Amino acid sequence: MELEKFLGYFMSGLTRGSIYALIALGYTMVYGIIQLINFAHGEIYMIGAFVALIVAGVLTIYGFSGVSILVLAALVAMIYAAAYGYTLERIAYRPLRNAPRLSALISAIGMSLFLQNYVLLAQTPDFLRFPQLIPEFTFMRPISHIMGEAELVILVTSALSMIGLTLLINYTRVGKAMRATQQDMVMARLAGVDVDRVISTTFVIGSVLAAIGGVLVGSYIGQINFYIGFTAGIKAFTAAVLGGIGNIPGAALGGLVLGLAESLAAGYISSAYEDVFAFGVLVLILILRPSGLLGRAVKQKV
Amino acid sequence: MVENIKRSLGVMVWFVFLSFPFLAVRVNTLKGEVEWRWLNLLWVAIAAFVLSLVWRWALARRNRGGRPGERAGDTPAVWHQRLFADPRIRRSSIGLIGVAALLFPVITDSYQINIMVLALIFVVLGLGLNITVGLAGLLDLGYVAFFAVGAYSYAILNTRFDLGFWVCLPIGGLIGMLFGVLLGFPILRLRGDYLAIVTLGFGSIAKIVAENWEGLTNGARGIAGIDRPGLFGLEMTISTATIYTYYLMIALVLLTIFTTNRLKDSRIGRAWIALREDEIACVAMGIDMARTKLSAYALGAFWAGLVGVVFAARNTYIHPNSFTFMESAIVLSIVVLGGMGSIIGVIIAALVLILMPEYLRAVAEYRMLVFGAVMVLMMIFRPEGLIANVRKSYRHSSPKAEAGHGR
Repeated sequence: MELEKFLGYFMSGLTRGSIYALIALGYTMVYGIIQLINFAHGEIYMIGAFVALIVAGVLTIYGFSGVSILVLAALVAMIYAAAYGYTLERIAYRPLRNAPRLSALISAIGMSLFLQNYVLLAQTPDFLRFPQLIPEFTFMRPISHIMGEAELVILVTSALSMIGLTLLINYTRVGKAMRATQQDMVMARLAGVDVDRVISTTFVIGSVLAAIGGVLVGSYIGQINFYIGFTAGIKAFTAAVLGGIGNIPGAALGGLVLGLAESLAAGYISSAYEDVFAFGVLVLILILRPSGLLGRAVKQKV
Repeated sequence: MVENIKRSLGVMVWFVFLSFPFLAVRVNTLKGEVEWRWLNLLWVAIAAFVLSLVWRWALARRNRGGRPGERAGDTPAVWHQRLFADPRIRRSSIGLIGVAALLFPVITDSYQINIMVLALIFVVLGLGLNITVGLAGLLDLGYVAFFAVGAYSYAILNTRFDLGFWVCLPIGGLIGMLFGVLLGFPILRLRGDYLAIVTLGFGSIAKIVAENWEGLTNGARGIAGIDRPGLFGLEMTISTATIYTYYLMIALVLLTIFTTNRLKDSRIGRAWIALREDEIACVAMGIDMARTKLSAYALGAFWAGLVGVVFAARNTYIHPNSFTFMESAIVLSIVVLGGMGSIIGVIIAALVLILMPEYLRAVAEYRMLVFGAVMVLMMIFRPEGLIANVRKSYRHSSPKAEAGHGR
């Protein structure tokens, strides 16, 4: 009994953690390249979830059914998130590339407020019910009390996305350009890398991952509103810092650790203070190990 | 020109595409209905076309460095500087504002006064955050936590222990200050963006604690029946109490302006500005980094705690939802919009941002949308804010210096 309860918490922590990890990857990639906290990244995730909901809603009404809705909704959500991420970078960050970092951060906060209220005004302030998109698997029946279909889909999808990202970064031309830009932007430019394009690509990839997270969370929790991006964004940022910001495996690890810590603390101590634990973890990590779990200490040059 | 219009048409198509699912479709997943709003797309198209033309023109102008004819690097005195350089104009305009502020309760009703009190509260909040963000350059996204601490300490001390407003006013400020130091300590070593996130976390924690610590804060029900500010036990009707609170806030604002102005020119104020400009160089010059940062936090938090008390007394009821990230964001946009470090700018920005949505009910809904957009636009086109903070500069009166550059 005790073990089953623990396994339940563990699985929900793992699920939550892998979603944090998906969003955290976007933060960490952008931070690695332009040292900016893309504060509006959580909003991109929210936009992904909303587009999926709208598409799924329209398709259901026009008589589509089953897996085709899931695939179409996820695809459109990813396209839109990518488009929003790209536009966000063009409008709010590119003109500030040479400005002080505080300016870019305030611009990011402004963009986050803007996007939140844009969805609030254009759609609705209320929670919307997210359609049940994930089909039931018969082979899951024996372990359904520990792990549901949604959890399995989330774990598998996020694992696949992370593997895909790792392959992309390590073995493709774009990935090579990204790594070069991360190491030294000026030098990369001298070597013929189109830095602006690399940055745009980074935003697009991060946004696609966030949209995957958004669709998964929507079908896992079952309802969304305009505000989900804010909390999720902060949690994911915490995860990214936890793993060492700028470090891609670190973001994945940080997400999982944070998800587990939160879920276990909520289960065994108190669920009202769940968010306090998350921030507590963040503060502790920053004090004790400011470079994160896997990050390396950055020496400041004068 | 043709090239420009072509590009704007491209932008137009792009934005119609972007806004399509949000502005043209609305689904009701419960009833299974779709509402199509095609007309919205037309507005988006027109707005995107015009704005992209303006955007490109403004960016080009910015990259050229100001208006044509101005030389780069030579910052001419702005209109308000030129205006206020004349002591007669300065004195008479200050006098005019003073008379208007004194007469305000006489010529308006208590609804207006109440709104004005709120605006003045935000003026003090803006000036307080200005110390932390504008002068010391420490981005604080959880400033509302200190405001909440002040408000809750008065609410609790008043309803449980029956302490009066005047006793609690300094206590609220001091408790705010204490929290400023307590929270400042662990994050001394953090750099800009980490600091922002951690302070944001503190802000959220304050709200969660207020919501869940039933025994102390009465949880989500909030605390009601808080006394209005008293005056030697005098019985006051609600409208006199409002007027009284108004004058009290005017006095507080003046005190804040005076103090922050003096602080800005003091040794510690200069240390803050030095820290903002370059932390490493500043520490190398022998400034105690820990003490300087902590004092910036503590003094910023002090004002928030102080007006928190007034806020609780004005509303007579407080609730965790009065202390969300939105409030922090509003105060931050006041500071950013006003021009970081500039006191007059912060006052004007606070009055505009708080009063505008109150008087233009129609735009109140769009307030946060506009705030967000304004924050982005300000950072891109006018990072120094509405009223730029003018550094003290000394001029030689020798003819040679006069002929050359004065500053």
